[in-house]
Amino acid sequence: MKAAPFEYIRAASVAEACELLRRHGDGAKLLAGGQSLVPMMAMRLVRPAWLIDINEIAALKLVSVEKDAVRTGACTRQCLVERDDALAAKVPLLAQALSWVGHVQTRNRGTIGGSLAHADPCAELPLVAQVLGARMLLRSGSGTRTLEAEKFFSGPMATSARPDECLEEIHWPAWSWRRTGSAFTEISVRHGDFAMVAAAAQVAIDGAGRCVRAAFGLGGAGGTPLAFPKIAARLVGTRLDDAAVKDAAHAAATETEPGSDLHASAEYRRHLAGVLAARALREARERARTR
Amino acid sequence: MSETLHAVSVEVNGKPRSAQVPARLSLVDWLREDLFLTGTHIGCEHGICGACSVMLDGEPVRACLMYAVQAHGHRVTTVEGLAKPDGSMSVLQDSFCETHGLQCGYCTPGMLIASQGLLNSNPNPTEAQIRDAIGGNLCRCTGYQQIVEAVQLAAEKLKK
Repeated sequence: MKAAPFEYIRAASVAEACELLRRHGDGAKLLAGGQSLVPMMAMRLVRPAWLIDINEIAALKLVSVEKDAVRTGACTRQCLVERDDALAAKVPLLAQALSWVGHVQTRNRGTIGGSLAHADPCAELPLVAQVLGARMLLRSGSGTRTLEAEKFFSGPMATSARPDECLEEIHWPAWSWRRTGSAFTEISVRHGDFAMVAAAAQVAIDGAGRCVRAAFGLGGAGGTPLAFPKIAARLVGTRLDDAAVKDAAHAAATETEPGSDLHASAEYRRHLAGVLAARALREARERARTR
Repeated sequence: MSETLHAVSVEVNGKPRSAQVPARLSLVDWLREDLFLTGTHIGCEHGICGACSVMLDGEPVRACLMYAVQAHGHRVTTVEGLAKPDGSMSVLQDSFCETHGLQCGYCTPGMLIASQGLLNSNPNPTEAQIRDAIGGNLCRCTGYQQIVEAVQLAAEKLKK
């Protein structure tokens, strides 16, 4: 057995999970799909005294496609979201990003909320949440509150959720413009590995091909996934021609402060940031044009 | 110290199995060391290599990234469960032999589970879909080409 000993309890409801978190405080961890937490426990990087399993809570497995949004439960498996055509039609960026997340076996078990709560700065789902401005519904014994992605991600592997809070639901806004396109791309050593840098973009254009809204962001280029709303706003009104896209991508890359490691230097990551942001924006534009 | 034991009841390869397990016992360790189902291999033990893949409720998962206690009330299929009821090899397993889809055999149980999972949901996979399905399984011998051919051959045979 590789993990350090812990006490295990299978929560039957979100209320019970919250009560257990309140009682055990910092010593407790929620166990969702376990695709990040279990390896960290195997390496004893994390040693919770209490592990609260939320996998059997049916209320956390919701997928609801609504008029202007998609709502997912925190413990909804990634594979279910990946295969949901109605969801992909509403928030295509989410389905596009999922094809880059790990492998079949990890997506069959991994959850949407688990990936967000783990808050790896190069992970795909946190980047999508940041770019789309997803809202996280957090529950504790004292009630609920909603945090926008921008406020939720507070640093590498860190969120603003308190130790007594359980991520319950994620609200993914959909854009109403008919000509909306999105794209996700990344560079890693092998497909399915951690991204060195990832980029996500979504744009909407009018009948004349002018941009009416743009959003894009970068993962792996800082301590949290990054969105660039001010730079994206400068694209509105343009035809999203290659020069405008390149300028925006370059401006975003200049703002990033990536780290260096065995796989890539900071300089190379910043280079990738510019290249991939431009690529994602161009692909999103092409998809918007064909809608 | 004595650890708390948890009762688990799991359907393994169609048979009900019950046990008392410590919470930190991984599913793969329980299968191999307590149920003696040593067909499932252990490689990295932290979710990288795919050697420990089993099916949980019919879908491939990594058995090193689950605790045995979490399998309570679920169905697990290991590589032993892929063979025909009389113990002879399945079409997919035969295809691995025919195309030389294994050398040392370490990755093979995981490869079989991953590719059977693919064929169950997609009887007519493209080469790209096969490569994607086994993308989470490392093989250091074959270079993957014969494994892809094995899955293609199995898909052909199963169509007949």
